[in-house]
Amino acid sequence: MKGNIKLIDENGKRVDGRYPNEMRRLRIEAGVLKNADGSALVELGNNKILVAVYGPHEAIPKYVAEPDRAVIRCRYSMAPFSVDERKSPNPSRREIELSMVIRQALEPAVFLNEYPRTMIDVFIEVLEADGGTRTASITAAAVALADAGIAMRDLVSAIAIGKVDGRLVVDLNGIEDQYGEGDMPIAMMPQLNYVTLFQADGVFTPQEIEEAFRMVSDPIKKVYREQKKALKKKYEEVVEEVEKNE
Amino acid sequence: MPVYVENRQIVVPGDPIADKNRFTVEGKVYERNGKYYSKVLGVVFVDRDSRKVNVVTLKGKYIPKPGDVVIGKVVEVGLTNWIVDINSPYPAVLPLTEVYSKPTSIARNELSKILDVGDIIAAKIISFDYARDPLITIKESRLGKVKKGLLVEVSPSKIPRVIGRKGSMISMIKEMLNVDLLVGQNGRIVIIGDDKDRVELAALVIKKIEREAHTSGLTDRVKEFITVKLSQIGGGD
Repeated sequence: MKGNIKLIDENGKRVDGRYPNEMRRLRIEAGVLKNADGSALVELGNNKILVAVYGPHEAIPKYVAEPDRAVIRCRYSMAPFSVDERKSPNPSRREIELSMVIRQALEPAVFLNEYPRTMIDVFIEVLEADGGTRTASITAAAVALADAGIAMRDLVSAIAIGKVDGRLVVDLNGIEDQYGEGDMPIAMMPQLNYVTLFQADGVFTPQEIEEAFRMVSDPIKKVYREQKKALKKKYEEVVEEVEKNE
Repeated sequence: MPVYVENRQIVVPGDPIADKNRFTVEGKVYERNGKYYSKVLGVVFVDRDSRKVNVVTLKGKYIPKPGDVVIGKVVEVGLTNWIVDINSPYPAVLPLTEVYSKPTSIARNELSKILDVGDIIAAKIISFDYARDPLITIKESRLGKVKKGLLVEVSPSKIPRVIGRKGSMISMIKEMLNVDLLVGQNGRIVIIGDDKDRVELAALVIKKIEREAHTSGLTDRVKEFITVKLSQIGGGD
């Protein structure tokens, strides 16, 4: 099957009508859960991801506590209804790995030393999946962490660069991910210009990787702007409301 | 431009605040390459006259500080101490010596007669250094078991607003509503009063302050709010 499917048409458009450097529609909402200390809902195209952050709180079990820093416990989990065919609710090998990968992408951004002996819980629930859930999860988790009032160096914004029909494209969807030639998720701290996650699945030449990093800066900035907007929205609405009543 | 933000602007982690040396930058910031950046989702207060910038967090957990008065809940009775939840990542320890000043010998089953699981106490933090859980005391006036009242929880970072400048907000609520307020720095407030309606109104007022903590002219708005609500409930007052 691979390679036989045409993913870019003669007009240079992709399966869902996007241009190669175009990302899907992104919507971020912060503070959607009342019980959680911080939360975020991210919609990237058809992906729908809900993140809840609890903490910092007492480390459970006690022996995992570190004397000089907080530990992040991250759980990435896909809902049974998130994909076409029912997914078993048990954590799969892929989910366990992604939990670790996402945690490692977030850790450099958090001032863990500010909360010694504590634990920060990050629960990621994928409600609907359509390619690029790990990048959307990182984007959502960074917003939820900031929404919880946790001290951070910067937000973390993530987007994938992929290779379909021999061309580099931004933000793969499910079909492109399945039938394309490669997927390269990248997470960055946009203000500091640090990369916190870089994976590649597929074959890329060194030139293509350099090109991918050039391509990724614009979409990353776009994700970052949306994250900032979502975080500020709740508070700025109150300011507007107050000013209107005066 | 030495300052990158306006007064009362909302900032997110990583937002540049000001260059080093030109302004005194306080609060939740970190320094990198001669520039200050915000650490948290917060609000900035810029005072151009005294050249001061302060970043205050909008949310977050309570971190114990010696000298703070907190409202705690007893969660465990030990052999010689109590473990108290103070709405913080670190549970507080209340030793028996901080309850009685004289040397006493009390059996374990007696301890729960003094303070039992579920009791609400007002306590003061004696010491905290991250390596050990905070120690608290109730050996001062106004501290100790809270016997009655309505407990309200707000974000600990909003407590300074509830208190107001030199206690202006809190004394206004006390005066206008004829209630007593016991404010813990950990975000818990006990409202004590005889009139149920007024106690509930005080809770509403505190929730309003929490919601609008980052806006200006709050004291006047709260005053108006109380006046309007009071006329609604207190017909015969």
